[in-house]
Amino acid sequence: MSKIVWRILSSIPTLFGVLIATFLITRVLPGDPAVFFASNPAMSNEDVEKIRVALGLDKSLIEQFWIYLGALWQGDLGTSISTGQPVATEMLTRLPASAELTIFAFLLAIAVSIPLGVVAALKPGSWVDQLCRIIATLGVSMPTFVTGLLLIYLFYYILGVAPEPTGRLDPFMFKPPTVTGFILIDGLIDGDPETTWAAFKQILLPGITMAIFALAPLARMTRASMLNVLSSEFIRTARANGLTRRKIVMTYAFRNAMLPVVTSLGMTFSYMLGANVLVEKVFAWPGIGAYAMDSLISLDYAPLQAFMLIMAGIFLLVNLVTDLLAGLVDPRAGLS
Amino acid sequence: MAATHSSTGRLATLRYILSENRLHQVAFLLFALLILAAILGPLLAPHDPLATNPDDALMPPSATYWFGTDQLGRDVFSRVLVATRLDMLIAFGAVGLSCVAGSLIGAVLGYFGGVLDTVSSRFVDVLMAFPLFVLAMAMVAALGNTVMNVIYATAIINLPFYVRLARAEVNVRRHMGYVEAARVGGSGHGRILLVFLLPNILSPLVIQASVNLGWAVLNAAGLSFLGMGVRPPTPEWGILVAEGARFIASGQWWIFLFPGLALMLAVFTFNLLGDALRDILDPRART
Repeated sequence: MSKIVWRILSSIPTLFGVLIATFLITRVLPGDPAVFFASNPAMSNEDVEKIRVALGLDKSLIEQFWIYLGALWQGDLGTSISTGQPVATEMLTRLPASAELTIFAFLLAIAVSIPLGVVAALKPGSWVDQLCRIIATLGVSMPTFVTGLLLIYLFYYILGVAPEPTGRLDPFMFKPPTVTGFILIDGLIDGDPETTWAAFKQILLPGITMAIFALAPLARMTRASMLNVLSSEFIRTARANGLTRRKIVMTYAFRNAMLPVVTSLGMTFSYMLGANVLVEKVFAWPGIGAYAMDSLISLDYAPLQAFMLIMAGIFLLVNLVTDLLAGLVDPRAGLS
Repeated sequence: MAATHSSTGRLATLRYILSENRLHQVAFLLFALLILAAILGPLLAPHDPLATNPDDALMPPSATYWFGTDQLGRDVFSRVLVATRLDMLIAFGAVGLSCVAGSLIGAVLGYFGGVLDTVSSRFVDVLMAFPLFVLAMAMVAALGNTVMNVIYATAIINLPFYVRLARAEVNVRRHMGYVEAARVGGSGHGRILLVFLLPNILSPLVIQASVNLGWAVLNAAGLSFLGMGVRPPTPEWGILVAEGARFIASGQWWIFLFPGLALMLAVFTFNLLGDALRDILDPRART
């Protein structure tokens, strides 16, 4: 128990460092927000100075950092310069889009890679093993934006089976009332499977694009871990005792082989969050990655700052959870 | 004499390992091809990569234009070929920088330990907590939109891997017999680090570097795909893909596909090379 508390406490310094880093990012980025506000040529230097005071830019860095922390505590992520909206609301409307895509792709990657890795390990040298190796090597070599464009060309332009890659839902369809924020689920709750089906067709290509990216390391890891466990002594003992192959593989080998895979799932998920930016750009997906990217280009830093903070926060949380889970699954591992 | 002997011995080992594994031969062959394309690219290009030719705009691949032409009639093949040098420069520059700086920092941290080590490890933790690609994006925006800054940003986001690796590898070796012997023999800390420890941890670092090269290419191309770093009309794979993406909806596939394939081939080569180097430098890890 004390170990768990200790592990939770130990992520606090990192969290603090992340806060300092996200705070500093907006200070080193070029462009003076006050000048941006005062882009009206009729404004004098005095007006710019007034805005600077209003934004708190005349105070010392440390004071500004405290103000930043205080605002964060109240859930205030700043205001977007280009839209004039609070960043927190903008993020909240876009977060479900990113979360839906990432989770969809993540589940897809797990559903394909783990069985593939297990079968490849059970029959080393077979065609499944070769397939696993090819997918693992190709998967890490495919830049997400090229994969995405290739899929769009094949399935939208040539075959015409995929819808136009413009966001989460056909522009002529109505979004179902928001319950979870995930259109796939909201459509079902609304009793409108047609919307869910349309949203599914939209999410399929970007989902596959991201899944291919995540598949490779997972399949590789599963295969290696499974091979490792299968050659261990307790499996030999189980085999010598005449247990069925099914029981040996599913109960003994699979469970033990999953531990390193579970630990790496967390890493993979965070990598996918980072890759989001490119995939969202290619598929015009209205998520937080595309939002951060657009704000970076228009020199609007509050959204970027919020994006970095949210991403780092999710990363720390995912790492914490995987560590705790690993400790739960295997008391010898994790939390050391 | 001894040196030449050991180098021919190593070459023979290399040849032996290569002859054993077809895939490794492919890796080295592709790598040589990439380097050749990077060095000789501008000489070999059949057309001027920047010359526009409105009469031949948007031509599909043909005998004259192997990869077709783009909207301004520029030869896609020449542009892809010439871009190799810039992409390789960015990748090698970034990986070289982060490998040298990261291993030195990591080795020093692992060797001395103490407060500095704890603080630096925390710093690395913070760096790793950010999505690295987005961090690179922000850094290029902060430093200015130039190729050099793409190299620096890519180097910085790769730094943690080398710091961690070198730190861990030095940490397990610092009390080994040969290090103690060197210390007793009167070697200072600097000499122990540079002469005895770093050469011994070189193989994992080299393996990491070759895998990292692929990642660096992807990263740099991703940045320029989003319009950061390299600027048009400079040919670079990421920009070429971005330019070609506009013509997918009208069916001109060759403009985005060929630079995309070149990019994939480069990353694929570096990954294969990483596997090959692992087998050669670290025989225990062979699978």
